[in-house]
Amino acid sequence: MSGTSSSATSASPSASAAATGTTRAVPRLRKRREHSAGRPRRSVLLTVLTGLILVYTVVPLLWLVISATKTQEGLADSSGLWFADDFALWSNIHDTFTYHDGIFVRWLLNTLLYVGLGAGGATFLAILGGYALAKFDFPGKRGVFAVVIGAVAVPGTALAVPTFLMFSKMGLTDTPWAVIIPSLVSPFGLYLMWVFATEAIPVELLEAARIDGAGEARTFFKVALPLLAPGIVTVLLFTTVATWNNYFLPLIMLKDPDWYPLTLGLDAWNNQAQTIGGDVIFNLVITGSLLTIVPLIAAFLLLQKYWQSGLAAGSVKE
Amino acid sequence: MTTLQPPAAAKPRKSRPPAQGDRRSWTGWGFIGPFVAVFALVFLAPIAYSIYLSLFRDQLIGGTQFVGFDNYQQALQDERFWDSLGRVSLFLAVQVPIMLFIGLLIALALDSGRLYGTDFFRITIFLPYAVPAVVATLMWGFMYGTKYGLVGDINSAFGVTLPDPLSSDLVLASIGNIVTWEFIGYNMLIFYSALKVIPNSLYEAAEIDGAGQFRVITAIKLPAIRGALVIATIFSIIGSFQLFNEPSILRPLARNAITTDFTPNFYTYSLSFNGQQHNYSAAVAIIMGLITMVIAYVVQLRGMRKGA
Repeated sequence: MSGTSSSATSASPSASAAATGTTRAVPRLRKRREHSAGRPRRSVLLTVLTGLILVYTVVPLLWLVISATKTQEGLADSSGLWFADDFALWSNIHDTFTYHDGIFVRWLLNTLLYVGLGAGGATFLAILGGYALAKFDFPGKRGVFAVVIGAVAVPGTALAVPTFLMFSKMGLTDTPWAVIIPSLVSPFGLYLMWVFATEAIPVELLEAARIDGAGEARTFFKVALPLLAPGIVTVLLFTTVATWNNYFLPLIMLKDPDWYPLTLGLDAWNNQAQTIGGDVIFNLVITGSLLTIVPLIAAFLLLQKYWQSGLAAGSVKE
Repeated sequence: MTTLQPPAAAKPRKSRPPAQGDRRSWTGWGFIGPFVAVFALVFLAPIAYSIYLSLFRDQLIGGTQFVGFDNYQQALQDERFWDSLGRVSLFLAVQVPIMLFIGLLIALALDSGRLYGTDFFRITIFLPYAVPAVVATLMWGFMYGTKYGLVGDINSAFGVTLPDPLSSDLVLASIGNIVTWEFIGYNMLIFYSALKVIPNSLYEAAEIDGAGQFRVITAIKLPAIRGALVIATIFSIIGSFQLFNEPSILRPLARNAITTDFTPNFYTYSLSFNGQQHNYSAAVAIIMGLITMVIAYVVQLRGMRKGA
């Protein structure tokens, strides 16, 4: 997205450079370029400095990939940033999926269930609510907004304990619903969707649909929803990350390992080493961690065009 | 909490066309209703229940009794609570500025267009955000290892003895490093998206006035993204005060350094689930929620007042 916009803006200076054309013009042009916002000079120094942060970001991920190729012994014996002699990635993946009767697969399916219903539902509610805030005036609108934004400041973890007590009275703890229902609300998603809908849906279009006799639901699904697509992808991706990565909520809500999501399962595997006589399976913890982050990273990379434009539209325009 | 509005909040209302102004009807509720209903169940009801719980106490003799504000009084005199609050405040004062500053620097570098491979940098630095806190903490936990981890590697490779990142002196900094790693890219992206929407005409005007890079940053870019800076700061403050996942997952590796009252959230969690002191825990959680809201509110107010 940024690529296209920067090349679009750079078109004019380079066009004028082509027009002026000759070698004589070069020094003057260069001098102008240094300050030009449209076409700045690339800097090796700045690239190297930013590269340091990149290294900081990437090294742990490299460590994870490399470590996932090692056996339990290899992990202990070899350096963290280079491969051990034994390349055990495939057997590690196999073991991760089969260990303890394939509980990892069960955790993966649980996570998919929580993400599908939780993040999917949260996105849907955020779309509806954001659309309402952006395009309707209704009694209590200011109140809704104030309460939702105010509630964002309430620590989620502070809510968790009373939510747990409430849910346990309702008999919902230790069931998937205890994880799914609280995931259904994403104030950040609502906010993002609201800002996006404000920008993306021209009111004239809604008016036109209404004049043509379309009901509110039909107008929403046929006219508004398609226009919201980039915003939807963005919100969906962020609610997916939130649900996929959720740890605290399932930690307090679930006792039965059969309902664990991946995050809780990995933590349990890791803790297993601390218990006396527990099976030490760090290689599986590491391989499982890698398998846990691959789908999300893939989703971010594949969908980057959409979510970045959604985020840019949702970002603060003042 | 009306005042705790995100910066863009005023915008949609302002830009609402006049035609919508007089269409004030209940139709909107059909759309926002479902959100509000679930929100009431998972946000408002627990808050109300929490307040209710905080006014009672489980007595060994006599069962649950109404004690008014006794729990709050106890919490305000509770050293373990204040210690944990001090710890997250220190964390907040050190980690958040570092994280936001680096995120801002990268966003400015990306936005300057002076980097080779801008897109590659942007997407790669963002990636840790997709890594669950559990995985990030497990990873760093392994790497912190002085025996088999990277720290151990460095020690044996260079014949040095680096201090143990999981010792009680350093564990807070080590957690700060994990959180920084997780969220630099996220904050960078928020700043970068905000920088992207600055109209190019401003830069052209600055260029004509002969403004240098640095002047453009201080006079145009930073004021333009103030909203994003404030939002990121508020999110970071809330995040710091809620710190739980990283210390909780790291605890098995550093049992002496990370106590069960390491952070306020850890403390309320332990009170509730290990100590069965639900009522007292609710009071502590509410105090913490109030402190968080007040600070977020003050930051919001200060951040928005400068100019804007």
